[in-house]
Amino acid sequence: MTDAHTAGPFIAAIDQGTTSSRCIVFDTDGRIVSVDQKEHEQIFPKPGWVEHNAAEIWRNVQQVVDGAVAKAGITSADVKAIGITNQRETTLLWDKHTGEPVANAIVWQDTRTAELCRQLGGAEGQDRFRAATGLPLASYFAGPKIRWLLDNTPGLRARAEAGDILFGTMDSWVIWNLTGGPGRGVHVTDVTNASRTMLMNLETLDWDAGILDAMGVPATVLPEIRSSAEVYGRAASGTLTGIPVASALGDQQAALFGQTCYAQGEAKSTYGTGTFLLMNTADEPVHSENGLLTTVGYRIGDQPAVYALEGSIAITGALVQWMRDQMGIISTAAEIETLALSVEDNGGAYFVPAFSGLFAPYWRDDARGVIAGLTRYVTKAHLARAVLEATAWQTREIVDAMTKDSGVELTSLKVDGGMTANNLLMQTLADVLDAPVVRPLVAETTCLGAAYAAGLAVGFWPDTDALRANWRRAAEWTPRMDEATREREYNDWLKAVQRTMGWIEDKE
Amino acid sequence: MARNIQSLERAAAVLRLLAGGDRRLGLSDVASTLGLAKGTAHGILRTLQQEGFVEQDPVSGRYQLGAELLRLGNSYLDVHELRARALPWTDDLARASGESVHLGVLHHQGVLIVHHVFRPDDSRQVLEIGAMQPLHSTALGKVLCAVDPVAHAEAAEGDRKALTPATVTEAAEFEQILELTRARGWGSDVEETWDGIASVAAPVRDRRGMPVGAVGVTGAVERLCPGGELRPDLVAAVRDCARAVARDLGAGRF
Repeated sequence: MTDAHTAGPFIAAIDQGTTSSRCIVFDTDGRIVSVDQKEHEQIFPKPGWVEHNAAEIWRNVQQVVDGAVAKAGITSADVKAIGITNQRETTLLWDKHTGEPVANAIVWQDTRTAELCRQLGGAEGQDRFRAATGLPLASYFAGPKIRWLLDNTPGLRARAEAGDILFGTMDSWVIWNLTGGPGRGVHVTDVTNASRTMLMNLETLDWDAGILDAMGVPATVLPEIRSSAEVYGRAASGTLTGIPVASALGDQQAALFGQTCYAQGEAKSTYGTGTFLLMNTADEPVHSENGLLTTVGYRIGDQPAVYALEGSIAITGALVQWMRDQMGIISTAAEIETLALSVEDNGGAYFVPAFSGLFAPYWRDDARGVIAGLTRYVTKAHLARAVLEATAWQTREIVDAMTKDSGVELTSLKVDGGMTANNLLMQTLADVLDAPVVRPLVAETTCLGAAYAAGLAVGFWPDTDALRANWRRAAEWTPRMDEATREREYNDWLKAVQRTMGWIEDKE
Repeated sequence: MARNIQSLERAAAVLRLLAGGDRRLGLSDVASTLGLAKGTAHGILRTLQQEGFVEQDPVSGRYQLGAELLRLGNSYLDVHELRARALPWTDDLARASGESVHLGVLHHQGVLIVHHVFRPDDSRQVLEIGAMQPLHSTALGKVLCAVDPVAHAEAAEGDRKALTPATVTEAAEFEQILELTRARGWGSDVEETWDGIASVAAPVRDRRGMPVGAVGVTGAVERLCPGGELRPDLVAAVRDCARAVARDLGAGRF
């Protein structure tokens, strides 16, 4: 084998994710050399609340870095840079002098700030800060979580205003600790993570004084906003002491980068429990008229920032899990394909999984799930088809919204995530999008993106063209559905979507 | 009618009794209900326990049905599960070998391709998932015939067509090749199915060593067999991949 595993140099990428922290060591071809991973505790203090212990996360990060380097059988001399990607929006405040978190981190899924967001919206509603930040007032984003901590932790606001408290998303927390912690740690975040705080102005790429004021967040707690690919500092302890810490990207942006979507109109979609679709819109932030988020895709050093449109689907893989766990129709997730392949089509059934309302592009919280078109002819196999088609049609709706907003037609969709193992789903996706769907050879696109950005920062790779040359197609699905069928099916899907709306009525 | 084996009848009765409700039964319950001596009932329960068909609660000492029974009912491995488990390893094999990778299972009289990873260059390739390949001439097919008696019967009794001048069609020679494949743990196809194309494959086994499929690399004969011999590094990479998938099948599902 042309086995480059023994020959360096390498890049180490840290993925501080929602359920675990991982470290992957990559070689110059972007090939995985070693992986280490450790899960951390999910803390649910109340319904709707989700927290992480940040001290545990930092311990795990140190362990997986040491673990991955040891498994690779290399030394720090072989590692040229450390890259970081992270769960987005998860919010932490800590004491600048001791490095102690003031409370558990509030995870992005936590909904405790829903009421606060309504108050902050006031008469202008949830789009109050959308023009400046590209985001609606929703409980995911970090800004309101900071405000909540300041309001609900006794004495914290005074300490924050005195300059004793630091805020960070997980990228900042890891970088600050990695570069030495109290007294020495570098307090920075990157543009992609900053763009999820609802505190950063998309045009200036700096903290927005007006929003900070409205949100009640003192500027003293905020990290410096830097690019996604530059040397922030050097590791101050552990196996990789002295190695430059050279990238930070939110996880979905890292996947966009790892999938080498460097040109306008290139898009990636990550299929997991839910799905995140990001499209590169080049150096222009495109403001959405169709319920999508505007976000920073990445920024390499002092080059102009590259923006992206983001659409997320709440229920994709989760619908397959629901068929398995709640309905008991299949015993493993993979069996959905076996069952679906036992029939030719959906038998006229459509499944709209609006389990907690409809998200982009509809944003209707009065909607609930519907299975439409039922007749006595329909079997569980037809429903299995309808389940897979639901993921495909929801993707089509996001893609259509992106085309409307950006004026750019999707030429092909790069996919990653666990559901890409489902061949029927990938073919259906190509059919309903009427565009090729391609899967890259390295499935770990998130870590790869962080490694790529760090490698660019230290000259490990010369430019994005070199990264593109590394990209390898593992599979490609081309559209096979005829136009008339596609239009008819899409029309039926849209009718089914209409039937979900207005289910929840005002209780007054 | 031939005489039935009494101990098997009694074992079946014990299993039926334990399956009769959501409950655990003690040794004396089992013995008295079935009219067996305690020692006989204990012998049967102990044997069933060793086979995994019965489990004994460590605290109460009572017996219940074991997980192995469930596995017997579900022992068929879903091919899509196989693909999902194999995916990272086959990706790695394609990257390491620079050739395309196929994962196949026995289906009717041929090899059904359930997973395909493109050769990692920028050339146009067509996804071959769902395609059928011949059992008697391809590396995947020969591996399946060598390790799976059902596949062997299909190929031995089927029509072994000459697809190229190199295809082995004669029964004795075919058996010899299967013997060799079994002995060395991998199979090959050097222009026996398609002119100019060679491949190497190895069997994928589940936790209990049962063959569930075959994985292999396929490419131009000039690259795979420089100087007329299959590259040993390719053989090693294919076998590593097959073992990695097997490990993954053992780790999670069962």
